[in-house]
Formats: sequence, structure tokens, C-alpha cells
Amino acid sequence: MEWWQGIYQALKDAEVRQVAYVPDAGHAKLIEACHADKEITAISLTTEEEGVGVLAGAWLGGDRGVLLMQSSGVGNCINMFSLAKTCQFPLAVFVTMRGQWKEFNPWQLPMGSTVDPAMTTAGFSVNTVDDPADVADYAQATLHHAFVGGEMAGLLLHQKLTPVKTFGK
Amino acid sequence: MPSTASEFLLRRREVVGKLLHDRGDRLVIGGLGSTAWDITAAGDHDLSFPLWGAMGGTVAIGIGLATAQPDRRVLVVTGDGDMLMGMGSLATAARQNLKNLTVCVFDNEHYGETGMQTTHTASGTNLAAIAAGCGFANSRQVETEDQLTEALPLLRDGPGLQFVCIKVRAEKLAFVLPPKDGVFLKTRFRRALLGADVV
Repeated sequence: MEWWQGIYQALKDAEVRQVAYVPDAGHAKLIEACHADKEITAISLTTEEEGVGVLAGAWLGGDRGVLLMQSSGVGNCINMFSLAKTCQFPLAVFVTMRGQWKEFNPWQLPMGSTVDPAMTTAGFSVNTVDDPADVADYAQATLHHAFVGGEMAGLLLHQKLTPVKTFGK
Repeated sequence: MPSTASEFLLRRREVVGKLLHDRGDRLVIGGLGSTAWDITAAGDHDLSFPLWGAMGGTVAIGIGLATAQPDRRVLVVTGDGDMLMGMGSLATAARQNLKNLTVCVFDNEHYGETGMQTTHTASGTNLAAIAAGCGFANSRQVETEDQLTEALPLLRDGPGLQFVCIKVRAEKLAFVLPPKDGVFLKTRFRRALLGADVV
């Protein structure tokens, strides 16, 4: 089983019905699986902060949802996270990391080093997973924290999990 | 930047009264600021979710709600300032082709809560054209009573995904404040929609 399948199975087990995302190469297979799943509505966003609103609306309507994004997207969300914080909406966010490990593109470094403290400051409990064998367990715990605990939970998927991008250089 | 919005014929509180009169089981999201006060002036309701923040996110909330509740009409009522900040969400709503979502913008061409500075709509930005360009098959601008009368059934019941930009007079009105406790607003909405045993 590939590590992303551990997230997908956790979404299924938790009866997640909406998956909002801005694409990232690290999430590509998971996004594809969500689009193919008739029980899940996959929602492509123009910017990550939309996802925070979408998931609030989902919860108001009785659906569980999650947000998939790359580390650079976290910076786009900071004010919108206040919606989840103030209203205590459950919020489960899966972040594929860039700018963390063998990064080719220096423009990824600022958010790569800021995601964990930024999310923590915004009110999330944040975990990082870097061993493929642990991803399923961490994904289940993240969803449990959000939907059973009613809180903001972020799982950072270490850059070790995703192929090194070299842009052909 | 000058604006003629002080001369617009339609008055927001009269419009919202018609929009939400006998509202049935419609679900209402109100954008922060004036439109949150407007929907409250029409009568605070358990199935209204007025925002006090999250600027730019009102339509996005409507997308998640309309996805979760495909058999209920979701009305997003917001202002031009919020809509300008969240224009991308119009593209997302159109891409999802939500058949039960109405986006209604009260466009007074001003930021009402911050000193009545003009917004971009005062200098030509056309939100109805933007919605159409994002893929809304039904998008219109309303400036007169006759146009409003024609648009009201579409606003309230569709069919399909609807965008209506209503040009309303720029005016400072009395605050009619909804509850500001976000947890309360969320919980009352969920209990009213999903049942008293919701957890």
C-alpha cells in the first residue's frame, strides 16, 4: 500500500464527504482517487483559503470535509483560519511539505520553514509524519482530533515522502 | 473616485425584506458587515449564518453548504467588498455547478464599515460579468424595481446556479446586529437543519 492510500482509507473510514484541495504533486494520486469516489465530492479551489470556508459550510450542512494543500498554501489561509477558530469548526488539513528536505526551489523555503509554527499559532494541533508506514495511523488520528475532538488538526506530510523535484536540472 | 451610488433607486433593507419574506426552508449565509445586518433586519433566523469576519469567504461557505444539502436552496447574501475579495470562489462554484446555490450581492460600490471608501465596482468592475465569465449560466445585474421583481423568483428558487448583483443605494443605516458568538451561530444552525440530537 502506498502512503497516500492510508489517508484515503482514513477518509473513507471517517465518512468524509467533501475533499477540497489546491493541487500538489504529492497529493495527486489522492486527489484522483477522491474524484473517482462517488461518495466523495472533490472540490478544486482557486486558493486554499476558500477551502476553510467550504469546510465550514460543509459542517453546517452535516458533511465532514478535509482540505488538501501544499505548504505554500498555509500562508494563504491565515485570516480564514479565524473562521474555524472562532466558531469551533472541525478542520482537518493535510499539507504536503516543500522547502523542507532536498528542495530545489528556494522560493519554497520561507513557507516550508513557517508552516508548523504558523499553524500552531493559528490554533492547530500539528503533527509531522515522515515514515510511509506511519501515515495511515497519523491520518486517522488527525481526523479523530478534528471530528471527534472538534478542533483544528494539521498533518504535515514530510518532503521525504514525495519524489525530489529537480525540474530537469 | 466618484460614485453615483447615493442615487441608486433600490434600498438594501427593502430588497432584503422581499428576498427573505416567507423564506421557507432556505438556508442563508450573510457576508460580514452591512449584509449581515441586513439579513438580521429581515428577521434573525436559526437557518441564517451571519458572518462577523472571514472576509472573502462567504461564497465558499455557501459552496460547502450547498454541496452538503443538495435538496435545499442556499442563499448567499453579501456585499461588493466581500465579493471582490473572494472572486475566485465564483469560479469554484461554477466549476462545481451547484444547482441549489444563489449568490446575491448587494453592491453599493462602497466599503460600508470602514468609512464608505469606494470599491472597485465604483470604477467599472462588473460583478455580474465576472460571474458570467466564471461560468455562471445565470447572471444578471438589477438596478430597478421592475428588474428586481423579475429577479426575485430566480433569487429565491433558481433554477440552477444563480448570480444576481443588485445595485443598492450607498447609505448608512442603523445597525441591526445578529448574535456574534460564532459557536452559538454554528450550533443553532446545525440543530435547526440537522435535528436537535446533532452533536
